[in-house]
Amino acid sequence: MSAAPAPPQAGLRLSELRAGAWATAPLVLGAIPLGIIFGGMGAAVGLSKWATLAISVFVYAGSAQLIALSLLQAQASLPLIFATTLVVNLRHLLYSASLVPHVAGLPQRWRALMGFALTDETFAAVSARFERPPAGSARWFFVGSWLAMHGGWVASTAVGIALGEAVPSLRDLGLDVAMSITFIGIISAYLRTRPMWAATLTSAGLSLLLTDLPHKLGLPLAGLAGVLVGLALSPRPPPDATATQLAPEPATGPADGAASQEAGPADPRAPAHTGAGAQAKLRGAR
Amino acid sequence: MNELWLVLGMAAATIVTRYPLLAMAGRIRVGPRLRLALSFVPPTVLAAIVAPAVLMPEGHLDLGLHNPRLIAAAAAVALSLWRRQLGLTIAGGLAVYGLLLLLQ
Repeated sequence: MSAAPAPPQAGLRLSELRAGAWATAPLVLGAIPLGIIFGGMGAAVGLSKWATLAISVFVYAGSAQLIALSLLQAQASLPLIFATTLVVNLRHLLYSASLVPHVAGLPQRWRALMGFALTDETFAAVSARFERPPAGSARWFFVGSWLAMHGGWVASTAVGIALGEAVPSLRDLGLDVAMSITFIGIISAYLRTRPMWAATLTSAGLSLLLTDLPHKLGLPLAGLAGVLVGLALSPRPPPDATATQLAPEPATGPADGAASQEAGPADPRAPAHTGAGAQAKLRGAR
Repeated sequence: MNELWLVLGMAAATIVTRYPLLAMAGRIRVGPRLRLALSFVPPTVLAAIVAPAVLMPEGHLDLGLHNPRLIAAAAAVALSLWRRQLGLTIAGGLAVYGLLLLLQ
């Protein structure tokens, strides 16, 4: 960033930024039609173009933004919109919980930035990066992902505002499928153990049954049920609590495999087993 | 309708779901069991987003062969399990989807 002579880590930071942005690029593609729809619908529900843009800049929560628009259209009150936003975003509580072990050493301003930028897409792109070394520069991978995603989101919102009402046909093109396909690729990198398979299939199945719940509540509920199934099927630690601290984690550590695809198109050969797996064992052995 | 309050309120309702746990990290002890539980979160939550998106694109279960999202997603699943390369999965899945759109 600075013009001063580059410190030794500058190259590493830059490559992490780039890798983070690349890993997120297909997800940006998937979000573009939604951003355009959001921008295009803002005026239709009576928002000024600056308020529409400000929501994408400062709120930065895709599905909650679109739901808020439909509530505005229905003349909902502000408190109801806030409450709905909160509930729709509940899944982010799970995301931040899963990052907790990885941010403990970071300064508070970094955590605040990560909290602000923790969208579905960035979480999907960075979660496996945090599982593998070097841990020190993973934050820059996160920043790369954030810049790509937020930049794409704000830009597509602006395009939507400019396009006005000519938008709905874009949805028919179904570019949102890019997001689904990318998520599938990310998910399958985790599917290396039976508990992980069971957890994922449970969550997918339940999510179909629970789509009728209001405010997308089925999503966090299905995810939680999947986590519980995965836990139940995992080898239990020894009953003695102190022994738990010393014993290695189960060799089937589900963190394993997370790394393989995560580097994205730029680096498809990241060593999954030697990376995350060995790291998990190290952690457990401590 | 005060637009400033709308933006601020929605921003607050979003950040409170993302930041507090990160802020407390280090003061919360994450034991091995909880760490194991959290490791299931990415695939389960992402699966709960993807499954309805591809199997119920119009709000009801659509398992027909005319559902291009479903076919593309099935291709992506097959590709990703065959060769665990994210780039190949995305390129292949999108190619199948584009082909289906052209054929329709």
